[in-house]
Amino acid sequence: MPNKTRPASLKNISTHYCSGCGHGILHRLVAEVIDEMKLSEKTIGVAPVGCAVVAYDYWDFDVCEAAHGRALAVATGIKRCRPQNVVFTYQGDGDLVSIGLAETFHTANRGENLTCIFINNACYGMTGGQMAPTTLVGQPTATTPWGRNPKSGEGWPVKLSEILATLSGVAFAVRSTISSPREVIKTREYIKKAFSNQIENKGFSIIEVLSPCPTIWQKSPINAMKWIDEEMVKTFPLGVIKDK
Amino acid sequence: MKAKTSKKVLMSGNEAMAEAAIKANCFFYAGYPITPQNEIPSYMAKRMHDEGRVFIQAESEIAAINMVFGASACGVRVLTSSSSPGVSLKQEGISYMAGAELPAVIINVMRGGPGLGNIASAQSDYFQSTRGGGHGDYFTPCFAPYSPEEAARLVMLGFDLADFYRTPVLVLADAIIGQMMEAVEFPKESGFTKKLPPKTWALTGKSGRTANIVKSFFLKEGGLEVHNEHLRKKWQKIKENEQRSDTHKTNDAKYLIIAYGSEARIALEAIDILRAKKVKVGLFRPISLWPYPEKNLKTISKKIRKVFVVEQSLGQMVEDVHLSIPEKEIHFLGKTGGGIPKAHEIAKFIEKHAK
Repeated sequence: MPNKTRPASLKNISTHYCSGCGHGILHRLVAEVIDEMKLSEKTIGVAPVGCAVVAYDYWDFDVCEAAHGRALAVATGIKRCRPQNVVFTYQGDGDLVSIGLAETFHTANRGENLTCIFINNACYGMTGGQMAPTTLVGQPTATTPWGRNPKSGEGWPVKLSEILATLSGVAFAVRSTISSPREVIKTREYIKKAFSNQIENKGFSIIEVLSPCPTIWQKSPINAMKWIDEEMVKTFPLGVIKDK
Repeated sequence: MKAKTSKKVLMSGNEAMAEAAIKANCFFYAGYPITPQNEIPSYMAKRMHDEGRVFIQAESEIAAINMVFGASACGVRVLTSSSSPGVSLKQEGISYMAGAELPAVIINVMRGGPGLGNIASAQSDYFQSTRGGGHGDYFTPCFAPYSPEEAARLVMLGFDLADFYRTPVLVLADAIIGQMMEAVEFPKESGFTKKLPPKTWALTGKSGRTANIVKSFFLKEGGLEVHNEHLRKKWQKIKENEQRSDTHKTNDAKYLIIAYGSEARIALEAIDILRAKKVKVGLFRPISLWPYPEKNLKTISKKIRKVFVVEQSLGQMVEDVHLSIPEKEIHFLGKTGGGIPKAHEIAKFIEKHAK
C-alpha cells in the first residue's frame, strides 16, 4: 500500500527486522533527514555486516557494502574521492567497536569529513546474541550465559563515543536513543546536525543510538524500550558529548 | 589508455611501478609501510599530492584495501601495494572486491615467508596469488615482471585489464625486481587494445538515474550461484584472452627452463653458460601467472626433451607446469627463505639431468 508519509528515500517494502527492532525507526530517520535536506542524489551510504547488512534493500540512494568492521575505511575511500557527496556509515556495536575498532579510531582521528551512525544494542543480534563490547555488566548473552563479568576477564562496556570525543578530528559526538517519541525526534535532529556538519566540512561526526533488540534481550518491544531507559542509560548516559 | 612519452630514467622497480600508476591515471592510493615495497608509498605520497590526487597512509593493510574498495566503488582508478605478510592481510578485501566486481591494481613485492619470514626476495606467494588467495570461488589476474621497465608496463596493463573485466589485478613482483635500479622507459600505451566500458555501476549519488549498490552479498536462495556463474564466465574469458608469456632462445632448444620474475633474469645467464657448452637450452617465461600461459607452453614444449622449473620457493609454479604439459619430463630446482637459485647452480642442475 502506498503510504503518503513514507519518505521517498525509504522504499515501500517490508523489512526483515524483528518486531520491536530499532533498525526500522533508524532507517526511516536517516531517509527522512536525507529527503528534508534534499540529499538523496548526493548521498552515498555504507552498510555494515550485521542485521542491517541489507540496508541497501530498503534505502533508495547509492549504498556500498563493507566487510565486517571496515565501513569507515570504505567510507574514507569514498569521501576522499567524492568530497562533493554526503557519506555516512551505519554500523552496529560489534562492527564498529570490536572487529572494526582500528578503522573506527583512525577514521575519527584523521577527522574524515563524514558521518557515523552507531547502533548500540549491547549485543551481536544477527549471529544469535553473543557478548558485544557494549554488553552491560551482568547482562546475560549467548557467550556470557551467567552475565558479563569483568572479573572473569570479559571486560567492561566500551564507551566509544566518549573515547572518540577525545580526538581532535572529531567535531560532533552524541548519544541518544529511540525509546520514546521525544528521543526519536532528538535523534533525528542529531542526524541532521551531523549531515550539516559534513556539508560545512567540520570533520567527523558520530551519533550513537541506544537501540532495542527485543529478540535477543528476550523482552517484549515495550519492555525492551523500558530496559534502555532504566538500565542502558546508566552505563551509556544520553546527551551531547562533544560539539566543536 | 594513453600516457605521455618519456625518456629513459634510472629508477627502482618500486618507483617505476608507482610512476606507472600515476601515468595510468590512478586517482587513489592507500598503503601501509612494509619492506621491501616502501619506495612505492613514499613515491606516491609526493606524486599524488603533485597531481592533486589522493594518497592515504592507512592504519593497516586491512584498512588500506578497504579504503581502496570504497574509492574503486566510486569509479576511480585505485592502487594499493604491500609485501607478502601485508598482502595476506588484504586477502579478505580482495575477495570482497572480486565478489563485488571492483577494479583495482594490487602490487605485491614478495618477501620470504611463512610468517614474518624475512625481507629477502622470494616467490613463495605464487599459490596465494594464482588460486584466489582469500575465501570463496574467484581468481585474480596476476602478472609477474622481470625488470623495472616491465613492472611499469604491467602496472599500466593491470589498470586497463581491471577496468575492462571489473576485477582486482595483482602485479606480483619480488624483492629483487622492486629494489633493483635500471633504466626505465615508460611505454606510451599499456598494450591493452580493447575498449574500456563506462563505469555506470559507480557510486556517485543517484542523480539522473536509479540508485546503485556495490555488494558481494547474495543471501536469497540461488542468488549467489547465479552471481558466481556470471563470475565463472568472466574468469573463462580472461583465461582465454589474457595469457601472456615470453621466450628466449627456444627455436632450437631441446631443454627448457621455466622461470618468472627475477629468477627468469638469472636463468638468462644460466642459458649463456650452457649454450657456451653447446647445451641447447631456452627459456619460457610466464608473464601472466593466472591465467597460466598454458597454450604457449604447450606449443613451445612440443620439441622439448626435458623441462626445468626454477623458483625461489619450495615448488609452487611447478604444479601449473605439470598441469599444462603432463606428458613431459619435469625437474624442479627451488630455494626458499631468501635462497636464490644462481646461474651456475641452474646450469649445473640442468647438466646433471640433461645427460
